[in-house]
Amino acid sequence: MTPITKSLFLIAGLVLAGCTSPSQFGSDGNGNTVDLNNPPVTTDPLGDPASTSYFSNAIGDRVLFAVDESTLGAEARQILQGQATWLNTNRDYAIVVEGHADEQGTREYNLALSAKRASAVQQFLVQNGVSGSRIRTVPYGKERPIEICSEETCYTKNRRAVTLLQAGIS
Amino acid sequence: MMRVIGLVLGMALTTLAGLASVANAQGPLRIEITEGVIEPLPFAAPDFIPEHAGAEQMAAQITQVIAADLANTGLFREIPRNAFISTVTSFSSPVQYSDWKAINAQALITGAVSVASDGRVTVKFRLFDVFSEGPLGDGLQFVGTTASWRRMSHKVADAVYQRITGEGGYFDSRVVFVSETGPKNARRKRLAIMDYDGANVQFLTDSSTIVLAPRFSPTGDRVLYTSYETGAPKIFLLDVASVGKRPLGETPGTMTFAPRFSPDGQTVVYSLSQGGNTDIYRMTVGGGSETRLTSTPSIETAPSFSPDGSQIVFESDRSGTQQLYIMPASGGEATRISFGQGRYGTPVWSPRGDLIAFTKQNKGRFHIGVMRVDGSEERLLTASFLDEGPSWSPNGRVIMFTRESQGANGAPALYSVDITGRNLRRVPTNGAASDPAWSPLLP
Repeated sequence: MTPITKSLFLIAGLVLAGCTSPSQFGSDGNGNTVDLNNPPVTTDPLGDPASTSYFSNAIGDRVLFAVDESTLGAEARQILQGQATWLNTNRDYAIVVEGHADEQGTREYNLALSAKRASAVQQFLVQNGVSGSRIRTVPYGKERPIEICSEETCYTKNRRAVTLLQAGIS
Repeated sequence: MMRVIGLVLGMALTTLAGLASVANAQGPLRIEITEGVIEPLPFAAPDFIPEHAGAEQMAAQITQVIAADLANTGLFREIPRNAFISTVTSFSSPVQYSDWKAINAQALITGAVSVASDGRVTVKFRLFDVFSEGPLGDGLQFVGTTASWRRMSHKVADAVYQRITGEGGYFDSRVVFVSETGPKNARRKRLAIMDYDGANVQFLTDSSTIVLAPRFSPTGDRVLYTSYETGAPKIFLLDVASVGKRPLGETPGTMTFAPRFSPDGQTVVYSLSQGGNTDIYRMTVGGGSETRLTSTPSIETAPSFSPDGSQIVFESDRSGTQQLYIMPASGGEATRISFGQGRYGTPVWSPRGDLIAFTKQNKGRFHIGVMRVDGSEERLLTASFLDEGPSWSPNGRVIMFTRESQGANGAPALYSVDITGRNLRRVPTNGAASDPAWSPLLP
């Protein structure tokens, strides 16, 4: 073992020695380890309504679709209404709407289906006052799943259209 | 920029003078592929003779590739060396037919290899019908570069295959495909090309952007594919030898994918998405205006030309679910040809013109299938969690496709199956692979 390696082991040992009992650590509910003796300062997620995190967390940056469908359900329309309102208030953002499909289909068809989904979102936003020049759509077919199991619990989340904010007017 | 090794230049083929074909007493040595061969035909391929010192390894390798080509069709069975009674010590000495009959070798392949000082390789072979005690066809001689030794082996195997089955061969061919790495939610994809048997893999793109579904030109010199490098799906044309590429079609606000060449290599048929609606278009390869072929609010995609260039088969969900349709190559009224239970997609017309291969989804399973061009005689060749994207061998007798396994660790691989549904086998690739497209037989 080289001297540098020995030093690294020593430093690692010192760092580990700084940890006390395992019960000091808990979970924050999102799978992240939290040091309960020194909890992080949590920012209020419903903070600045003009922030992009507000858009994602409070309004919702995505809508889901039924199998083989590109129509917007009631919940989707509600979310998109919130997106439209936000975009009409915060006019400095352009958006890219990504369309996606689950893996239960052939490649080309899923590209076309995801294009329909992205376009459905685009049309809704335009109908609700967002200028079309601010919106670009990109279909991803089944190429970019967000959940990777081969079950409906994952498929549901993959059948989505995601609105990505881009600062600066396009 | 990586250079793809050039295709063999000036590979010369000559017929060997010598033994005339003997009329055989027993009946022709023949496999009829469409009969669904049960018992593979046993053959013997003793090591090709090295015609001088230093050619031994080349001779042995060539023999192995020939034997593997034939055995891997499922139509032939190689008799192992340790069963041989005779050894072949000279290419021109007479065949001891009784020795080969005794081990039930119905076909005997002999050959010889020499390597010149400039590296040029000469391969000679003869094929014998053992039970008829005579040659099957003329001896042939190939001359080529050292780098083309596998191609010469494949050409020998193609000749043997053609003489015994009556069908054209398919071994001297390449496959372009997508090589995949990484986890299922962050796949990295790059175009790759290889010999049909998995050898000589070369990458055509890096993995910096999603690439999908490459397809060969009719002469195998160019590849059409879909790339996200401009930020959205767009079709690109790549020259295999130079690896140079350019986008096709420039209409703003549109996305294009699923491109295929016409049989004369002059036209590209493809899908174009605008405002969420996907239809089929065509354009000349050299650039020029796009012609719209379908105009419906439904999804039309995955077009494929008939080998005579007069018709296009494609998939559409205009009836409510994905089905297959045929229309004239100039567009116009489309006739539905699929009527079974489930959804049909990715249709590909056989180079023989007689069949259309497709992907079928039914009750949560995927299948590769074939049907006649009028939609009759539908047969499913495979079944699994996810099979899709068939591609035809040059002789229209074997189909290569993508099979993806289930679950979080699922990954795609290339498989092939013959049109009788037999001989399903994995095509060897280093790692995951998808979207294969088979080249024509190389010249």
